[in-house]
Amino acid sequence: MGACQTRAEHQYQDLADKTGFSFEQIKNLYQRFQQLSGNEETISRANLDSMPALANNPIRKQIIGAFFDKRNQHQDEVGSCDQIGFEQFLMVMSHFRPPNLRTTDEEKEAMRKEKLRFLFNMHDSDNDGTITLAEYRKVVEELMSKSGEIGQETAKAIADAAMLEVASINVPNMGPEEFYEGITFEHFEEILKGLEMESRMHIRFLDVDTSTMRCGKSQS
Amino acid sequence: MGATWRFALLLCMVLMLSRSLANEDTGLNAGTTSSPGHQTDSGHGTGEEDSSHGESGHEGEPITTLPIVSWKWHHVSTPYIVVLWILVSWLCKIVIESNHHVTNIIPESALLICFGFVLGGIIWGYSMPNKLFFSNMGAILIYAVIGTCWNAASLGLSLWGCHMGGAMGDLDIGLLQYLLFGSLIAAVDPVAVIAVFEQVHVNEVLFILVFGESLLNDGVTVVLFNVFDAFVSLGGPQIDAVEIIKGIISFFVVAFGGSLRHQKHPDHRAWLRLVLGYLSYLTAEMLSLSAILSIVFCGMCCQKYINTNMDERSVTTVRYVMKVLANGSETIIFVFLGISAIDKTIWVWNTGFILLTLFFIFIYRFIGVFVLTWILNRYRLVRVEFIDQLIMSYGGLRGAVAYGLATMLDEAKIKEKNLMVCTSLIVVYFTVILQGITMKPLVNWLKVKRAAVTDITLVEKLQNKVFDHMLVAIEDISGQIGHNYMRDKWNHFEEKWMSRILMKPSARKSRDYVFNVFHQLNLKDAMSYVEEGERRGSLEFIRNETAIIDFKKKFADDFSEVMPDITADTSDDHGAMSPMRRDPVPSISLDMARADHDAAPVKGQEAAPPQIQPESTSTQTR
Repeated sequence: MGACQTRAEHQYQDLADKTGFSFEQIKNLYQRFQQLSGNEETISRANLDSMPALANNPIRKQIIGAFFDKRNQHQDEVGSCDQIGFEQFLMVMSHFRPPNLRTTDEEKEAMRKEKLRFLFNMHDSDNDGTITLAEYRKVVEELMSKSGEIGQETAKAIADAAMLEVASINVPNMGPEEFYEGITFEHFEEILKGLEMESRMHIRFLDVDTSTMRCGKSQS
Repeated sequence: MGATWRFALLLCMVLMLSRSLANEDTGLNAGTTSSPGHQTDSGHGTGEEDSSHGESGHEGEPITTLPIVSWKWHHVSTPYIVVLWILVSWLCKIVIESNHHVTNIIPESALLICFGFVLGGIIWGYSMPNKLFFSNMGAILIYAVIGTCWNAASLGLSLWGCHMGGAMGDLDIGLLQYLLFGSLIAAVDPVAVIAVFEQVHVNEVLFILVFGESLLNDGVTVVLFNVFDAFVSLGGPQIDAVEIIKGIISFFVVAFGGSLRHQKHPDHRAWLRLVLGYLSYLTAEMLSLSAILSIVFCGMCCQKYINTNMDERSVTTVRYVMKVLANGSETIIFVFLGISAIDKTIWVWNTGFILLTLFFIFIYRFIGVFVLTWILNRYRLVRVEFIDQLIMSYGGLRGAVAYGLATMLDEAKIKEKNLMVCTSLIVVYFTVILQGITMKPLVNWLKVKRAAVTDITLVEKLQNKVFDHMLVAIEDISGQIGHNYMRDKWNHFEEKWMSRILMKPSARKSRDYVFNVFHQLNLKDAMSYVEEGERRGSLEFIRNETAIIDFKKKFADDFSEVMPDITADTSDDHGAMSPMRRDPVPSISLDMARADHDAAPVKGQEAAPPQIQPESTSTQTR
């Protein structure tokens, strides 16, 4: 028992260094991981797909895909995997850490880039480094799909208009023969620089054990 | 935005005047039945009646409880316009009649109190950014509750201390009365705040903090006022005082308990409970309170449905009516304050009292704001900057509510009522005039961060949507409940049930913000495209006859039913688009007969009509 604990702590230390979470947070997330995986070592897509809470979410496919996307593991690999372990789970979660009062400006900048990269990967499903119109259309269609009233045609048109906007902002003087390949990461950064990514794209990771405190929320 | 504010002032003035007229006839002991002639607007009128009954009840009787008025507001949304027009015609009649009763103190003070009340709701419905308000709710509540209590207590105690020290000469005021005075002068006034900040355009966070505080602290003010007034009436016997103290304690428990819980478990349900607790406490105990807060919240709820259910012309009508009336009512309220100074019989001057009051108000406001902000900044992600704090302190303007409450004091119990009335008037003048005038130069000089005026792009809007959904999903997956989860659940509930009940399908469609922006963008694109084509002497699409038809057809079919609804959301500067809206392209294309193939429009605009030329140019946007 003692040996297991120290091994776990050692592991946690490793993870804490890599992802920036605290021990408490890692413990909580590990418990959650166990719940999701059914006490297995890895989570598969099916595990996440079957979560009822996600059923209403229009972009669940992209989000679930993001967990299995190797690019989000920051190890310069591409492609996707079928099962992820706890470490990969944590890595993806670490994109959503909020900045605290102690983060320096460079760290904030790095965090921002990371978050942007995450978003970009979510849009760019074929890994070619640009978000083409077709890919963007897909995302927008999914996004609008649960809104009910907005049909597919309109969603397509919205995607077109958005692409256009990006094009006109980033490449304002395109000639008539050129066409806009797609949104590169730099363009993506440029167009979203108005959004305060650090303060918007985060969730609170709790330090206390909440598994006993929730009532009525489904656990799976 | 200020326009709608002032309109509500007028609204409540109308109601109060008419109510006071009725009171004249039936005597002050009006029963709980509403006065005759107020039934045009069921919820609105009854709410006001109950609150005004609360006023008269407050004067001589123990505090009675109010049946919950907030829920009646849901009826308001549909007959809104009808009501407005009726009130307009009323107004004219009543203003004429009211001239006979101006010198009577009761209607004036009640009138002024009601300014503060109805103020919040309608205006808020039209101008308040709900999301921003809720995400800063914690800060706002802290400022409103703790800040106001601090202001009241510190002012009362300091004045009493000075009185003891002999700085004010010979005054017959006890500690309790000082506290009473402190409580009535402590609150920041929403009218004054709006009037000043409207010109200044500071950044949204700062504005929402000051404004939200000024709205919510009316509740606190009246609680304190009633408490201390009861104290003064009783002269201090323990029995009822104990009840009141218990009330205060429970008040604080609600306030602090919620925030303590929040620290440990950042579960935003705690905040919801806090707000609801606060609301229900106030609703149960303090009559006059429930009006403003219920109005406020119902205004927020109704906002969406009002705007989208009414067709475009009605909404425009409403806005214009409000603008017109707003000017009138702003004039009225402040002229009224000026006029009331002329009444020589009430003038009492005590240099020490007045000067000390002014001084302490100023100082304690600054201290209060800075201390509270320091505490808050430890828990906020986005800090409130030093400069913003300065402006917040400086923007603590007192207004009509203070004067109204002062005039409501019972002369028999408070000998120096006239002095208090005068002082409150002077404080109001000082803060509104001096601080109001110097606010803008101060803001400029300090280079306060201003409100961003740029339009948010379509991509950003889409991205915001992505964020919302993504954060909810991550919260679900990671098992952490946050306010994204709550908001999502609420949105979902709203989509499913309330929208279906309360809004037409086309209205629901147009309500989607992304769709709105997209639509505006489309129109803008179409217009700029046409202009560009005009400039260059050719329009690509006129070569393709069928394209023109497609354009019209597409717009007509897809968007016609929502087009009128959509422009309901656009602000005035989009009014320029309306002449173009119906018939943008064809009329111009008829003039541009030359097909100059070389001067093709810039790529960005040529691709603007994938809608126009779905077949031939779609490849170019690939």
